[in-house]
Amino acid sequence: MRSILTALAASTIMSGAAFADGHALSGDMRIISDMSNPAPRAVMEGLVAQFGEMHPGLNIELEIVDRDGWKGQIRNALTSNPPDVINWYAANRMGPYVNAGLFEDVSDIWGDIEGLDAVKGALTIDDKQWGVPYTYYQWGIYYREDIFAELGIEEPATFEEEMANCQVILDSGRKCYAIGTKFLWTAGGWFDYLNMRTNGFDFHMQLARGEVEWTDDRVRETFANWRKLIDMGAFIDDHQNYSWQEALPFMTGGDATAYLIGNFAVASLRDAGLTDEQIDFYQFPTIADVPQGEDAPIDTFHIPSGADNKEAAREFLKFVTTADVQTAINAGDKLGQLPVNAASSVDDDEFLNQGFEMLTTNATGGIAQFFDRDFPAEMAAAGMEGLQEFMVFPDNLDDILGRLEQTRARVYK
Amino acid sequence: MVNAPAVPDTQPPVETRSWYRRNEIAITPWLFLAPGLLFFAAYVIIPIFQSFQVSFYAWDGLGDLQESGTFIGMGNYQELVSDRNFNISLWNNLKWLLLYLLAIPMGLGIALFLNQTVTGIRLYKSLFFFPFVISQVVVGLVFSWFYLPDVGLLSIMLSWIGIDGVNVLGSPNTATYGIIAAGLWPQTAYCMILYLTGLNAVDPEQIEAARLDGAKGPKMLWYVIIPQLKPATFIAFVVTIIGALRSFDLISIMTNGGPFGSTRVLSFYMFEKALAEFGFRMGYGAAIAVVLFVIMLFFIAYFLWSMYQDEKGAR
Repeated sequence: MRSILTALAASTIMSGAAFADGHALSGDMRIISDMSNPAPRAVMEGLVAQFGEMHPGLNIELEIVDRDGWKGQIRNALTSNPPDVINWYAANRMGPYVNAGLFEDVSDIWGDIEGLDAVKGALTIDDKQWGVPYTYYQWGIYYREDIFAELGIEEPATFEEEMANCQVILDSGRKCYAIGTKFLWTAGGWFDYLNMRTNGFDFHMQLARGEVEWTDDRVRETFANWRKLIDMGAFIDDHQNYSWQEALPFMTGGDATAYLIGNFAVASLRDAGLTDEQIDFYQFPTIADVPQGEDAPIDTFHIPSGADNKEAAREFLKFVTTADVQTAINAGDKLGQLPVNAASSVDDDEFLNQGFEMLTTNATGGIAQFFDRDFPAEMAAAGMEGLQEFMVFPDNLDDILGRLEQTRARVYK
Repeated sequence: MVNAPAVPDTQPPVETRSWYRRNEIAITPWLFLAPGLLFFAAYVIIPIFQSFQVSFYAWDGLGDLQESGTFIGMGNYQELVSDRNFNISLWNNLKWLLLYLLAIPMGLGIALFLNQTVTGIRLYKSLFFFPFVISQVVVGLVFSWFYLPDVGLLSIMLSWIGIDGVNVLGSPNTATYGIIAAGLWPQTAYCMILYLTGLNAVDPEQIEAARLDGAKGPKMLWYVIIPQLKPATFIAFVVTIIGALRSFDLISIMTNGGPFGSTRVLSFYMFEKALAEFGFRMGYGAAIAVVLFVIMLFFIAYFLWSMYQDEKGAR
């Protein structure tokens, strides 16, 4: 008996040693994650536990910080005593840190992993890659299916149908759209879609890169379309007082029938007691005859350039981009979002399936990262403030566009 | 082998005291002050000068100032002059300064009202103390619910008298006043506490004498009580001015600077430009901080001057 145990122990040790030979990860690894909501937090803790089992020689320390707080803390974290792995976002949002040399160039990892080609652009600056994606999610119009059925209206495909629907909804004493613009970014979503549908994805990106003036007639046309909805009274009143969560009760209570938001809102709608029969999702309707672009922001992992254990950090980044891990962490009961790796599979969830379908087959224009990630930080801040003002006082448009043009002239020097 | 003197030493050498021993009286206070001075220098004085320095640069706050920043001289200040958001912040700061001073007379009024011997007065006093005890964050939250359109207590009460659709925090014309009103609540309580203490120190003999001379009501208050409350008034003035200038938490909680940036003050605007989510203009933020510092310096100089005058008078 004893000999069997000894043999077993010996073989385990040997296999362990063989395993460690290939990877030989040891020492400490510090991770700071902003996945602070309950479900993402559990995912992150699960990832670390799993990675720790694969590399027993590694001592992993995980620190989870508040998602909104992290936006202010990241600078300090990157400059003084940087950890080995952090969470952040793609596109322009990582620009300042990349340009300041605070993010590690991880182009070498991109050579090793497969299935991420579709999003490579969002993580590329100066032809190098600066992080890896772990999840993304679609945006679209989430609506009350039961109220639509009651009023006898259907998912619209064009803006005319959208407005006709909205008139029916308004006549029934409800508002068409819930929105909370206190923290500004929700208004950015409406602008993204209206602009991408009015002028196309490429024009939207030109605007984001500062190549088009804000006072351009095409931009004015976007606002004119927006104004049609505002003048109808389509949006809930006093939306500048609410956060996006505070505006949700308008939809769950049936006072507003739809919400242009990301897929992360589904969990809150379900928590508020709506069943999947009561909520549904449709792609933002077409306006002009342009290929449809979609917002689908990517969340990412990065290695600070001052990290101590970059070898372990690189292994971790490879680990979270593998198809299996991405399938697992994005499942409906985990993050409830879409995996980025093309080889992974989407969880069988009504909204994830619809979103995945939409992004793979019907986003012919291209995939945007969202207003505050596509536009440079300062332009985004000034822009979203102007968008909020436009939604409350549409008559101020000339003044707002003049100010945004001034900001553009300074930001893109 | 020790070379000891053969005869006893009749003249033992004077025990030389150490340098520290000799200067003990002069040095000890500085030793006690040293930690305080050190921290004051490291966290207050030096950063002030660093702000001045940073304000001459275009710098995103990442990396080293000398390497990643560009010297632009007075460029940031020139931009401030034409920056409309800066003007809004400056005006709002002025509104805060003026309206916040209302806390002083209101605090005095409540203190006079509470300065009586009636059964249960301790309970009333503690009720008036209450807003001073709770955190600014809670005050901000409570007031933003109070102001909520349609469902807030304020709009319910206004609807009783036929006024509908008031959205205090959602309108750029009223939002700042709404926040100041919320701030006045704890600030008034603070001034009241100061005056209650001051009233305890009012000389009963002078009151008696004034009463014999026929003074009462407003005259008694103006000519006898208030002059004796001068130290309390001074402190109330100091804390109220400082409180108004550093207003930040209420704005951040109640409106986040909105709607459309209409409730910003200098400190909040500085935070937005230099440190917040989309703030990558450390130099510009530093320039705003310098302006705020100059405004504060004006008051600080006045405070120091009047304290100096007091000291001279006391001698």
